[in-house]
Amino acid sequence: MRFTKDHEWVELEGDVATIGITAYAADQLGDVVFVEVPDAGKTVKAGDGLAVVESVKAASDVYAPISGEVVEGNPALGDAPETVNDQPEKGGWFAKLKIADKAEFEALMDRDAYEAYLGTL
Amino acid sequence: MSDETLKTTPLHQAHIDAGARMVPFAGYSMPVQYRDGVLKEHLWTREHAGLFDVSHMGQARLRGVSPLSAFEEITPGDFIGLKPGKQRYSVLLNKRGGVIDDLMAARPDDDGLFVVVNGACKDNDFKVIDNELAGQVTIERLEDRALLAVQGPEAAAVIARHLPAAARMVFMDSRAMPGFGTNILISRSGYTGEDGYEISVPASEALRIWELLLEDPRLRPIGLGARDSLRLEAGLPLYGHDVDETVSPIEADLAFAVSVKRRAARDFPGAARIAQELEEGPSRKRVALRILEGAPAREGAEIADEAGAVVGVVTSGGFSPSLSAPIAMGFVPPALAVAGTKLKVIVRGKPQAAEVVAMPFVPHRYVRKL
Repeated sequence: MRFTKDHEWVELEGDVATIGITAYAADQLGDVVFVEVPDAGKTVKAGDGLAVVESVKAASDVYAPISGEVVEGNPALGDAPETVNDQPEKGGWFAKLKIADKAEFEALMDRDAYEAYLGTL
Repeated sequence: MSDETLKTTPLHQAHIDAGARMVPFAGYSMPVQYRDGVLKEHLWTREHAGLFDVSHMGQARLRGVSPLSAFEEITPGDFIGLKPGKQRYSVLLNKRGGVIDDLMAARPDDDGLFVVVNGACKDNDFKVIDNELAGQVTIERLEDRALLAVQGPEAAAVIARHLPAAARMVFMDSRAMPGFGTNILISRSGYTGEDGYEISVPASEALRIWELLLEDPRLRPIGLGARDSLRLEAGLPLYGHDVDETVSPIEADLAFAVSVKRRAARDFPGAARIAQELEEGPSRKRVALRILEGAPAREGAEIADEAGAVVGVVTSGGFSPSLSAPIAMGFVPPALAVAGTKLKVIVRGKPQAAEVVAMPFVPHRYVRKL
């Protein structure tokens, strides 16, 4: 699993990347009440908006950490957005992307680097 | 505004110690939530009782030969008819009938009028009052007082243990009384739709009273995040969002704040516009919207009719913890302001079904008689 400074995580299986937000990010957002996930077929570049996650108070954009084509948005979040809080790094994933460039994944932080980064916040 | 220039309330350290996330609000560093988070804090207040630090709000005494009649020059309320021991909701009006701020004005005792205004507006409000009523009233800003709100179905029981006399007050009663080992001003009112009290205490006593109140397990500290979602469910407008200097009290569905006697006399700022809107109807009206599908519609989202034409805008919106659904307030033409009207809200470019519903979203539980 790799991480971004925006507190997203990426897990790669073959050429499909699963993307979500970290436990730290989920805690900062508070209780998630709605998630807008992307439709299959949408292509995104690293840094594009990928999903929107909403708490009682505010809407926050989730940006694509790497480029690719959306294979699937997490269908379970429609009825159970709280999964983002309960299992942020597992069932609370937002989207799966078919990626073109594995180097983008390799360039992200590993868990040790991410945890060191959290220590600086 | 950088953190260094933010003001703090006397309870600042207590908020931090309770795990609050502090945010800038109205020039103050204020707790937006504590460890429980907005959702749980909101539901706790609806089920039990919440304690809010609202010391950022502006408290003042207006004194003079006849401060009640003077106050009528800048508001549409019947203040000459305000009896001792009572509080009234009102609005400061500009010459165009727009709302400079909304406020509570009370007679807790015989010492003039006690007013509480919004924190973000207080400097301007007191300047306006000072300018408009120069020579008639003097303003003493009570910057040495904190303001606490205790709100929720168990608020009365929590307060009765400390202040038995408060149990004999009803909604919108106001009293100066000895309490908590000091002198307090207390009203039975609030900004959540629940029964409860707002208590003005000396700043030097605020921390002791805050901690004393929190010894009661029915009461928990509640942040501004839940205060906002609670007032939204209660259909109460938030100044600067749902109401501003361009909006009249009639448009804002606050006609109750324009007294019948004053309507006939037409002797307040903007009376011509307000009288016309009362007779012919305003061009837009604040309504409550249930969002029937999709994401919460937040401030700034456009409202469209069923054909897709933009007819208005959302001024407050979010997720209702009590209803487990998105709700919003916004302005639409009166023809579309009738409960049951189907509308759309445009969120991130997508139209979502919405419906005008009766205000409030969650029934008020004010104690109007004992």
